[in-house]
Amino acid sequence: MNTKGFVHKYGDNVDTDVIIPARYLNTADAKELASHCMEDIDKDFVKNVQPNDIIVANYNFGCGSSREHAPLAIKTAGISCVIAKTFARIFYRNSINIGLAILECEEAADKIEGGDEVAVDFDTGIITNLTKNETYQAEPFPDFIKEIIHANGLLNSLKK
Amino acid sequence: MGMTMTQKVLAAHAGLPSVKPGQLIKAKLDLVLGNDITSPVAINEFNKAGFDQIFHQDKIALVMDHFTPNKDIKAAEQCKQCRTFAKQYHVKNYFDVGDMGIEHALLPEKGLVAPGDCVIGADSHTCTYGALGAFSTGVGSTDMAAGMATGEAWFKVPSAIKFNLTGKLNKWVSGKDVILHIIGMIGVDGALYRSMEFTGEGLKNLSMDDRLCMANMAIEAGAKNGIFEVDDVTLAYVKGRVDREYTVFQADSDAEYDEIYDIDLGSIKSTVSFPHLPENTKTIDEVGDIKIDQVVIGSCTNGRLEDMETAAAILKGRRVAEDVRAIVIPGTQSIYKECVKRGYAEIFIDAGCAFSTPTCGPCLGGHMGILAAGERAVSTTNRNFVGRMGHVDSEVYLASPAVAAASAVTGKISGPEAVLGK
Repeated sequence: MNTKGFVHKYGDNVDTDVIIPARYLNTADAKELASHCMEDIDKDFVKNVQPNDIIVANYNFGCGSSREHAPLAIKTAGISCVIAKTFARIFYRNSINIGLAILECEEAADKIEGGDEVAVDFDTGIITNLTKNETYQAEPFPDFIKEIIHANGLLNSLKK
Repeated sequence: MGMTMTQKVLAAHAGLPSVKPGQLIKAKLDLVLGNDITSPVAINEFNKAGFDQIFHQDKIALVMDHFTPNKDIKAAEQCKQCRTFAKQYHVKNYFDVGDMGIEHALLPEKGLVAPGDCVIGADSHTCTYGALGAFSTGVGSTDMAAGMATGEAWFKVPSAIKFNLTGKLNKWVSGKDVILHIIGMIGVDGALYRSMEFTGEGLKNLSMDDRLCMANMAIEAGAKNGIFEVDDVTLAYVKGRVDREYTVFQADSDAEYDEIYDIDLGSIKSTVSFPHLPENTKTIDEVGDIKIDQVVIGSCTNGRLEDMETAAAILKGRRVAEDVRAIVIPGTQSIYKECVKRGYAEIFIDAGCAFSTPTCGPCLGGHMGILAAGERAVSTTNRNFVGRMGHVDSEVYLASPAVAAASAVTGKISGPEAVLGK
């Protein structure tokens, strides 16, 4: 499992209300949710995002509400991976459950800048910054979580 | 090594003699909760995965509270989907307009959560039930779908921070001020992935409404759950509500904690969280002169009877300031009814407040009190993120019901002393 894309960079405590504002939660339609993704913090995100792009942020990404609409909006907008120093726990869980790749890596969050081109190897946790020619090592997933990801989400993993 | 309260509840529900922090477990669930925003996503996933039965008709609660009474056609469709699912699978605890309440005010009131329970809910403030000595945590819709189908959920056993409470709150200071003070102290990720465990001799001086409010906002410090030691106050609350057997779990005397904080309740002042994070706290004497446009008193954090009582005591015989809109929303139908019976409803209406049927409405910028650009609200709710209550250029200041009611009267952020005198 690998991905490669350009980076959208954010700071600390990116909350689920800015990822997908509650005023749009009267639908569960993923495409409609994605069309408003990040609009209260970065109104050009939806216009600029390209398939396989990567979000990089600092501490406590995804804090706030339990809305699964948040990782769903990010994934449907085309983002292939979120890298942050830490994630809020419900967001972390939701991302794994719906198959949005997320990685915790302090060094990557510190060194990667917006617009950098970055490649990620999910099996090894190695993040390569192609723009800066640097590599960073992310925490690998525990085996239990790898099983959920390899089954393509929690519900599929339960059906085995 | 001894176990914390949370670890004991989780071990019991995983069928294990003991668990340790970091361990991945599968636990049996006593209740799975969803609301009108998160349940539709869960129902879609449930159907997509091909499940055709729920694990227990009595152990699922669906509460239509966020965008209800239906704010628009899409919201109506979402509730309709939940209603149809509840009928199809005979979900006993389905609550709709007319008998619904804000989920985290409603479920404890109805006796649906007991001490020692293991609960998940597709709503981040599910951590509220820790006030009853339950392990209770927010999850997403996929976890909810899996929980409804299997009656189980996976957890990583958390470590804990212990809050040793002593002393007694001063008049007009409440559980809200304590939890805002704590979040200000440890930050919005100060308890990330961990439990917040509340204990100490000061516990006996905290009412259930104070405890429910404090546990409710554990998520605002990033915590997996907040949990209170069960005492006589808890047992008196669940008596007559919970009609099944339950187990009270206490932390082992040699339980290990990442950190221990001693908090003298008598030292806590009225506290306000400034935009745009709950950790941006100031005590009321540090606030300065901040003019406001709206006050909201309600929500799963502060929509309980004591909150209504406090607001009524301050608003009695007074008027909401000119240019301020005050909205009072009791958390449940029974709290609403009690407000009518005790004369609080009349006090609110005479003061110039809107007095509403239960709804989460304005807390998350849904309906019933949205802010325009540049407007400021003092709110007893739980989050003050950018755009939380409306326009991205509006501001929310989080406070207790006493501060919110006093601010409604003065038109600027004020403590109750500004209205009532010292």
